[in-house]
Amino acid sequence: MVNKGLVIEAGRSEKHYWHDLWRYRELFYFLAWRDILVRYKQTAIGISWALIRPFLTMIVFSVIFGSLAKLPSNGVPYPILVFAAMLPWQFFSSALAESSTSLITNSNLISKVYFPRLIVPAGAVIVSLIDFLISGIILVGLMLWYGFVPGWSILTLPLFTLMAFAASFGASLWLAALTVKYRDFRFIVPFIVQFGLYVSPVGFSSSVVPEQWRLLYSLNPMVGVIDGFRWAILGGQAQIYWPGFLLSLVLVAVLLLSGIWYFRRTERTFADII
Amino acid sequence: MSDTIIRVENLGKKYIIGHQAQTHSSFREMLTHQVSSLGRKFLPGKKTSASNPTREEFWALRDLSFEIKQGDVVGVIGRNGAGKSTLLKILSRITEPTTGRIELNGRVASLLEVGTGFHAELTGRENIYLNGAILGMSRTEIKRKFDEIVDFAGIEKFLDTPVKRYSSGMYVRLAFAVAAHLEPEVLVVDEVLAVGDAEFQKKCLGKMHDVSTQEGRTVLFVSHQMAAISNLCPKCIVLNKGQMEFYGNTQDAIHYYLMQSKETNRKSNDLQVFRPSWAQPRIISARILDEQGDEQNKFPLGSNITFELTFQTPLDQPLKAPVMGVVINSATFGIVSVVNTRMSGYWIYDGPYYSGTMRCTVKRLPLIQGDYNVSVWAADGPTDLDTLSDYLTLTILETDVYGSGHSPFQQGALFLEPTWEIANTSEALLLT
Repeated sequence: MVNKGLVIEAGRSEKHYWHDLWRYRELFYFLAWRDILVRYKQTAIGISWALIRPFLTMIVFSVIFGSLAKLPSNGVPYPILVFAAMLPWQFFSSALAESSTSLITNSNLISKVYFPRLIVPAGAVIVSLIDFLISGIILVGLMLWYGFVPGWSILTLPLFTLMAFAASFGASLWLAALTVKYRDFRFIVPFIVQFGLYVSPVGFSSSVVPEQWRLLYSLNPMVGVIDGFRWAILGGQAQIYWPGFLLSLVLVAVLLLSGIWYFRRTERTFADII
Repeated sequence: MSDTIIRVENLGKKYIIGHQAQTHSSFREMLTHQVSSLGRKFLPGKKTSASNPTREEFWALRDLSFEIKQGDVVGVIGRNGAGKSTLLKILSRITEPTTGRIELNGRVASLLEVGTGFHAELTGRENIYLNGAILGMSRTEIKRKFDEIVDFAGIEKFLDTPVKRYSSGMYVRLAFAVAAHLEPEVLVVDEVLAVGDAEFQKKCLGKMHDVSTQEGRTVLFVSHQMAAISNLCPKCIVLNKGQMEFYGNTQDAIHYYLMQSKETNRKSNDLQVFRPSWAQPRIISARILDEQGDEQNKFPLGSNITFELTFQTPLDQPLKAPVMGVVINSATFGIVSVVNTRMSGYWIYDGPYYSGTMRCTVKRLPLIQGDYNVSVWAADGPTDLDTLSDYLTLTILETDVYGSGHSPFQQGALFLEPTWEIANTSEALLLT
């Protein structure tokens, strides 16, 4: 087979790693497929849950922030404003929640077979991505309901989806690797997710943040991602704050690269400490 | 050498094991300890000593070097904690070595457990694909062998049932079936055959045998069952405390291993290593005696042999109905005989017994010459309490038991004491 003349040595950074990752793509596919299959087994309404959860959250947020707090929406129907942000946020939060524990729930695999460990958190993120795509249907429904026609900027949505993916994957790698060693993160991650929902501009437009704080606010990489989504979906009605967006973009890149670096560095010892 | 498929050089694996420094009787004590140790962490000047007494190095493997040639089937034996599993884990790249290197010249598939990654919610069909992928098969490969796998497992009717509704036997059969259809150049197998019923175990061993002899694959096989090892593997590695003590012919290796465990026992007189995890220490000594009542472990064919065990119980748990069992194991055939007081109708109910000695005498033991291991076993009524696995060794010497000038061949496990008869019927034949 492919790995003729493989050498196993202490601390050897494997040349074959990325090659191996490619060879194990089918395992990656099967693990993601398994998680999707299992996710809605023995549920009465199955995959509809991927629609119902974000839909209900959207209604609650629209009522609280739009109708009760009367935050500005720049003329966009408030539900669409909320949902444009809800999409990437749900993706990010469920990716974090799923992948941070993914290595532990698959510990029987980790301790009994070899494969590039990167596959496990990546599979968990992919499952969240699929939920994300499904709940995209709600957005289309909302646009039809309100008769909202997006501009050309909607064509850039895949780019921002990629950015959301990079942010989710980077953070997931960190959390997954850390959770193996420090189970404390099982308690920290739900907190991050809950807290992040309120510090990220999900229920409101980031234009409500005072100008002098915008740059600081953009230190949260999800701010850039969400602003990008709003800009792509709502077109001219949502302005991008460029310095903040670029800062977020750089942070996402740092998060992703450092995530891969940290994960690669620690994955060799996973089987020993899990 | 071109046909070397695995080359291991100076392999070592170190683990750091943490000890609880002291036990804290209260939460408050624990807190103050935690705080003070935190303080030490951040104030390096205060460090009392360089070596941390709560952490200890432990070498699971050390200075291991060997070569395995293409097509070899090699057994790995050794007592618990000898490093067998660690070796397999390193070979299958699950964990990395601390020192040394390994060269592998072929695809390695490892079978450290049956049914790795089986998901209870998925159906048999789905699990075949999933498990196959986990073990390193491609989708087309699984598709090609799908029918064969289903057939081997014998679960056609339940293919679309979630495996959580399978009986445990079906589950294991399916899991092994997938693994048995792997086609790697090197197969690494941990004690996975110790599952399932006897019939299925036989099927598994047969399959392993086919894999090694007909398909010419290289197999590394860890087992505690000496019978399985000697059936499958012409060569054997004996590990002891992380080091390789013997590598060669299996019969010699098994002999070495058995002698070694006996010796260790003599030196340390530690019965604990012979106890499986469930056993509670009740047996305090066990011996084999000859007719004169002297301890002995070499006997001529057909001797009267007495097995003896002495037990002692904690004061609050005396035995009401002591039961003694004796299991004789042969390296070649596995268990050759099991006998206990209950099955042979010797019931004792007149407890409490706080301590006692039980003897089991066998008249004219019909074992063939060779080496055997004997396990002794103690129970209280229906409750198993203690066993010392393969604790005693018994050697039967080749003698002229028939008084014919010949001894029995060293084949099979038993010698029989036949009476022969012949009737000459040629007269009747010639008359017709």
